[in-house]
Amino acid sequence: MTAESASTVKVIIDVMLKAEILDPQGQAIANALPRMGFSFSPVSTRQGKRFELTFEHEPTDKEIAEIKKAAETLLANPVIEIFEIRMER
Amino acid sequence: MSLDTVGVAAKSPAQTQPWRELGLKEDEYQRIREILGRRPSSSELAMYSVMWSEHCSYKSSKVHLRQFGEKAPATDVLLVGIGENAGVVDVGQGYAVTFKVESHNHPSFIEPYQGAATGVGGIVRDILTMGARPIAILDPLRFGPADAPDTKRVLPGIVAGIGGYGNCIGVPTIGGEVVFDETYAGNPLVNALCIGVMRHNQIKLAKASGTGNLVVLFGAKTGGDGIGGVSVLASETFGSSKPAKRPAVQVGDPFTEKVLIECCLEIFAEDLVIGIQDLGGAGLSCATSELASAGAGGMLIQLDKVPLRDANLSPEEILMSESQERMCAVVSPEKISRFLEICKKWEVVSTVIGEVTDGKHLVITWNGEIIVDVPPRTVAHDGPVYNRPIKRPAEQDALISNTTKSLAVPKSGSEFRQILLDLMASPNLADKSWITSQYDRYVQGNTISASPSDASIVRLDEETFLGVAVSTDANGRWCRLDPYTGTQLALAEAFRNVAASGAKPLAITNCLNFGSPEDPGVMWQFSESVRALADGALEMGLPVTGGNVSFYNQTGSVAILPTPVIGVLGVIDDVRHAIPLAYKKAGLELILLGETWEDFDGGEWAHLQKHLGGLPPQVNLKHEMRLGKLMSDARDQIVAAHDLSDGGLAVSITEMALASKIGAKVNIPENHFVHLFSETPGRILIAIESDQVDNFVGRAIDCEITTTKLGKTGGDEINFENLFSISIAEMREINSATLPRLFG
Amino acid sequence: MRVGVVTFPGTLDDFDAARAVRFAGGESVSLWHGDEDLAKVDAVILPGGFSYGDYLRCGAIARFAPVMSSIIEGAKNGLPVLGICNGFQILCESHLLPGALTRNKGLHFYCKDQELEILNNTTLWTNNFKVGEKIVIPLKNGEGSFQCDDKTLAELEGEGRIIAKYMGENPNGSRNAIAGIANAAGNVVGIMPHPEHAIDSLTGPSTDGLAFFTSVLKKMVNA
Repeated sequence: MTAESASTVKVIIDVMLKAEILDPQGQAIANALPRMGFSFSPVSTRQGKRFELTFEHEPTDKEIAEIKKAAETLLANPVIEIFEIRMER
Repeated sequence: MSLDTVGVAAKSPAQTQPWRELGLKEDEYQRIREILGRRPSSSELAMYSVMWSEHCSYKSSKVHLRQFGEKAPATDVLLVGIGENAGVVDVGQGYAVTFKVESHNHPSFIEPYQGAATGVGGIVRDILTMGARPIAILDPLRFGPADAPDTKRVLPGIVAGIGGYGNCIGVPTIGGEVVFDETYAGNPLVNALCIGVMRHNQIKLAKASGTGNLVVLFGAKTGGDGIGGVSVLASETFGSSKPAKRPAVQVGDPFTEKVLIECCLEIFAEDLVIGIQDLGGAGLSCATSELASAGAGGMLIQLDKVPLRDANLSPEEILMSESQERMCAVVSPEKISRFLEICKKWEVVSTVIGEVTDGKHLVITWNGEIIVDVPPRTVAHDGPVYNRPIKRPAEQDALISNTTKSLAVPKSGSEFRQILLDLMASPNLADKSWITSQYDRYVQGNTISASPSDASIVRLDEETFLGVAVSTDANGRWCRLDPYTGTQLALAEAFRNVAASGAKPLAITNCLNFGSPEDPGVMWQFSESVRALADGALEMGLPVTGGNVSFYNQTGSVAILPTPVIGVLGVIDDVRHAIPLAYKKAGLELILLGETWEDFDGGEWAHLQKHLGGLPPQVNLKHEMRLGKLMSDARDQIVAAHDLSDGGLAVSITEMALASKIGAKVNIPENHFVHLFSETPGRILIAIESDQVDNFVGRAIDCEITTTKLGKTGGDEINFENLFSISIAEMREINSATLPRLFG
Repeated sequence: MRVGVVTFPGTLDDFDAARAVRFAGGESVSLWHGDEDLAKVDAVILPGGFSYGDYLRCGAIARFAPVMSSIIEGAKNGLPVLGICNGFQILCESHLLPGALTRNKGLHFYCKDQELEILNNTTLWTNNFKVGEKIVIPLKNGEGSFQCDDKTLAELEGEGRIIAKYMGENPNGSRNAIAGIANAAGNVVGIMPHPEHAIDSLTGPSTDGLAFFTSVLKKMVNA
């Protein structure tokens, strides 16, 4: 992990499969958890992807709009995935 | 921490150094001091420690492996022998084929997916660095008991890793073995074999010559992968608790390897390199010292030019890093810009890091300061040579006298039927599709024969149909009973599998998997095995072109069964005439070639009853050669063939029937039990048209091979007349259920 | 009759696709991903493999290659385009075909000789088949499960744009066992299994795959 200064801002894009799309990886995880002896049993277990874009300044509105476009066209496939963008300071 | 340069080292002879933690012994450390005339710098210490480890220096095996050279048979097919990255043989029509098998056992136990994946990556680069396009992969795998929890941990990961890497680089995985035995619990064996092809004039060697020629590092960037992996992992055995050496495992990127392959092949096609070496175990330490050793000896490397993934690495770590997918080439100044241009086209990172000098030393600098100044041969070739003590184990006699004669002999048809079902359902003989369907067998479009088959066959030329066939075989149980005979039996079987496919055996590679060389009993097994292979190679006229030794396969003081894996490569002039496993029609005659004796010790029937004792069958290499000649002479008459091995004749007939989806009706001679299940070597089962039988039998007599007519193909059951029968459907169900049931 | 075969970094079956074109009687032309020039080819094949290592998503990066902008343009004007496996994934990512390919239901990479039924023989790539014809060609992938929303499925079924379905057990969980689809105009076809590996019984399970390639050549001759 690289050292981060006080002015670092992380833009986090979380990508998940749409609810109606089969998620076999989430399924495999769900099956593995009780086998490992864990007692919690969620009604749903799904796997997604997280992208982190680190900036050394506060992203401008224009930049955020572009990041959203990048998310729609590259980071996520809107046919089968949804995404959420948030910031971490 | 200030930089430990050569200058600093010369002025501080009394400084203590962590040679023990790096895996060196005291006398080895003192020898380094003698060679250099001072204490080594920390970078030099790092280099010597990895290069002098067992895995890199072969210090315990060198004295024995010499026999492959000393007893080498006269041959005109060997283009490159032992000593280079891989051996190369002439297969005719101007084609040269390179092949080699290697191990990645310990990393695969620690991180199954990445251990197996990087094992594949490493052997593929060894083949690529010879100037060849990699065209096929085979993977001999050995695991603990199939139902053991740790097998469920390692097997799926290893298979996924081999598939994940091999499939992504576009090399078909078409053969190998899967064996389960208690002995490998805690010490799975992951051996990977790769074959490559090129024209004769395209062979590349690892040498650095010509003062002023440039040294280029290209491929992936260097990171902290596998730091000390070589000396820390492969040269030490595991304690009985789970190993905590996790961070030392390398992580592979097959996409980078694929573009590296295409980039290299374009570079080779334009003849842009003078020498080339891949970076595997011991990374840059190995590549630079080996390239320099093979040339006149002088090389200058500016280590700070190495492109890094992690800017925090120290020079010692950079030298020891085992980051994957990297190659090192020697390129003349006239050709360097074209070289770099091709790398740019494929988006392969490439950096000039040094040059060949007219000195005698390998000198490495870091930001202008000299941190390494060594005679390269002392690092790469003149490592320690041990003459480890050898002692035949005291319990060997007791083991030998405990033969299978002590076991109850089945007599009835229903008992035989049950034994056959138990064998076909056992993990060793069960259908392996769960595994093989995870591998791409089709890529490159030249696969003629893949698992299940006696040999794996690949076409080399689309116009002449020239091809090669490869088989790997080993039998740890036979080797435990008699390492000499057991090793020759493995050689015989690999030879026989290649011959049964209609190919002509040409050369041998080997992966010798043994316990600790510090155990005199293990060294006895090892020395006997190497002697056997060298003697066998000489007798059969097949050169040993190279291979790999993997020591320290043991947990605590318990070594694995000695497991020398022998690979035989053969050439087939026309792959359209390769002999398949499946007979594809009814009404063919089934004939057994070779004689059957009472050979149950160390076999699969004994294994089912957890018995290991007695002596392996006698081996007769001259007979195997005559049998091979018969297969070759009569190739066009033989419709299908299958060699006999685990489980004997009953299993071979069953395997042929399952592959063919057509049954058989056979009459088994007395003694029924022996003829059904004995594992006498030197036998092949063939299917042939009735009108060819007499002529074929005549040829067999000429080759001094006995023939026994068994019956005919046809029907939907496997019928051992007057003994028992079983439908193909029932047999398939039982045979196919085992692996999916165990591994999901 | 010149058929372009595209090579992206990580493409594997370009060589095999080119061989299939030659076996079918055409001339194969190698097209580089970084080059917008399609060399005036009469048709284009996006072959199988792991372009860009399948990083991010299969085909997600390849779709932005310079050659793709020319192919997308050409496809709108009727250029025949066949996407095989990774090529099918790239066509979906570029929206030349609807839907998306996702991870196999069983999670493993799966290589097997797969039986298919051909459902549509009007496209440029399938006109040499009979409707209902059963063929066996190799399937080999880890991300072959075709998914789409209900509306897309209704269109595909309704307009007869599903060109092949898996027979027997669904090998990867594809919606409605869909193995291949076409665009509305019938010039762009995506298929998950590999016809280029079934052109010669010496090296494959059958010669059933050859008709994909002879189809487009036949159409080009007659055009």
